[in-house]
Amino acid sequence: MIFSFDLLINALVSGIMIGGFYAAVTAGVTLSFGILDIVNIAHPAFIILGSYVAYIVNATFGFDPILTAIVVTPAFYVLGAAIYQVYYVAFERRGQESLRGLAFFFGLLFITEVTLVLYFGVDYRYVSAPYIGPTWHFADVDLPLRILVPCVVSLLLIAVLQLFLTKTFIGRAIMAVAQDQLALRLMAIDPIRIKRIAFGISIATASLAGAFLIIIQPVEPSVGRLYIGRVFAICVLGGMGSLPGTVIAAMLVGIVESLTSTFYGPSWAPAVSFGFLLLTLAVRPAGLLGR
Amino acid sequence: MTVRTPLFLIVSLVVAAIIFGGALAVGNDYVFFAGYVVLQYVVLSTAWNILGGYCGYVNFGTAAFFALGAYSTVAVYKFVGDNDLPHVVPIPVLMLLGGVVSGIVGFGMGYLTLRLRGAFFAIATLALAVVLQTLVVNWDYVGGSRGAYVLRPENVPLIGNYVRYLFLTMLVLAVVSLAIARLIERSRLGYGLATIRDDELAAEASGVPTLRLKLIATTISGALMGMAGAPFPYYISYLQPDSTFGLDYAVNSIAMPLIGGTTSWVGPLIGAVLLGTLQQVVTVTISSAVNLLLVGCLLVAFVIVAPNGIIGLFHRYLQRKPVEDFIGRRKVQAESPEAVP
Repeated sequence: MIFSFDLLINALVSGIMIGGFYAAVTAGVTLSFGILDIVNIAHPAFIILGSYVAYIVNATFGFDPILTAIVVTPAFYVLGAAIYQVYYVAFERRGQESLRGLAFFFGLLFITEVTLVLYFGVDYRYVSAPYIGPTWHFADVDLPLRILVPCVVSLLLIAVLQLFLTKTFIGRAIMAVAQDQLALRLMAIDPIRIKRIAFGISIATASLAGAFLIIIQPVEPSVGRLYIGRVFAICVLGGMGSLPGTVIAAMLVGIVESLTSTFYGPSWAPAVSFGFLLLTLAVRPAGLLGR
Repeated sequence: MTVRTPLFLIVSLVVAAIIFGGALAVGNDYVFFAGYVVLQYVVLSTAWNILGGYCGYVNFGTAAFFALGAYSTVAVYKFVGDNDLPHVVPIPVLMLLGGVVSGIVGFGMGYLTLRLRGAFFAIATLALAVVLQTLVVNWDYVGGSRGAYVLRPENVPLIGNYVRYLFLTMLVLAVVSLAIARLIERSRLGYGLATIRDDELAAEASGVPTLRLKLIATTISGALMGMAGAPFPYYISYLQPDSTFGLDYAVNSIAMPLIGGTTSWVGPLIGAVLLGTLQQVVTVTISSAVNLLLVGCLLVAFVIVAPNGIIGLFHRYLQRKPVEDFIGRRKVQAESPEAVP
């Protein structure tokens, strides 16, 4: 193996940028799994759904994928709120969320994927935007805008979410619902409503993450599966329900994956996140920034 | 409830013989071809139910365990071919080997993740499929991403066509796995698993060795899935990572027990036979993508509307029968108490 310093620096930088994107992908799971304790394994499927929405609008009207994603977030929010309502009535209230709730989300994942396959086939789809071709160069470091733009917007998204969670009333209620539902009820707040809002927001982030995904790489319906292990690895590593922790963990996973695919070949990269997940679960289940 | 496993085995072997005889009487090899898939799902969903139904831990990695069995067969096949060994390895030996490999992997993964909350185990199994697929894709010996060809013998003495032979071995495996599931259900192990399912903390506090029981269940379940996968390369004759690790196996082996009913060995059997047959019909008449969509929708519908599956519906129907009270008015009995949280 020829070791080159250029290669290392470029791998590090692209790892950090990919990590920023992973943070956006994981933000939704941090909200649903980390804070609300809802094991939404269908989250990657909603991300793919977001990718396809961006693709359809981009292909028919030529709109910018990220702007499209921001415009359609309310639709995703409503979808998320509706799913939570079903989940609450059918599983959470009956106390059956562990087995049947998981099966429910798995079914949703499957239905979304197969429906997309039926409509669009398994061809790779991609979008076009002015920032998809060019690359900035700083000395030996390449910054492809295709990855840089999603990374920057994704970090913005996380910052907004973090501000929302810590500064606004509803955001703080969401943090509180994770700790003590009864106490929340005593403060005359309906925990179910708060959870519905939080889950809606979690699915709404999938719209943006989907747009980032299809900007970074061509998308076909089963791509989402690769993200399941990754997303939960990052969420657990980041300490379950901490957005800053999610960003750090996402960058870590991004860097290690990027180094792996640079020096060992891209076909090994999917194994990295699983290694991380098992290692975290075995050694430090509370994650890096565990409470 | 008595166990009487020998009697159960005799009865089910007789049923199996009748099934085989019936399939022979039809005289069309397609029956064996389609029947093999249904039987394979009987084994897979029974295996899934040992951990998922009895113990309440969801395994999304059926495809991973199944593929482990299949790829250990491919590895043996290549080894035998490369070294010019004179004999073809018989299917039952391959099944045992696949079972051992999957069992070990199940044990190892369970050991790492079962001490934590159930959700972590589920997520880890989901990721396991991705990682094993990565390993197989990078392992050229078993074909890598190109896939592997396995040539099967044309005929087998006494039985005839090789598909019939595969059908027969899978039929026996189905009987064995049903017997194992039934035995577990009615043994100390089964009761221990049920306590874990209902309240793990209380079980732990009452002295149930939860981790050990969970590990036993995971190992048995994984091993059975591997055994179901071992003959698969001979059945399909071209094994390719994408389809072997497909989500279809995972969704089917979850949907079948949940649709049939998870608390007894009958549930996965009913679910697998119904859903497996339905899928064969839909695949032939409409398309295979539609058939997967159907499974997904049925799964979601059943977990929402009929949480205890077909068996649960059946029980509820029996309990709901109007009874005459002492004045002679008809009254309807209340819902079964398990619906109350």
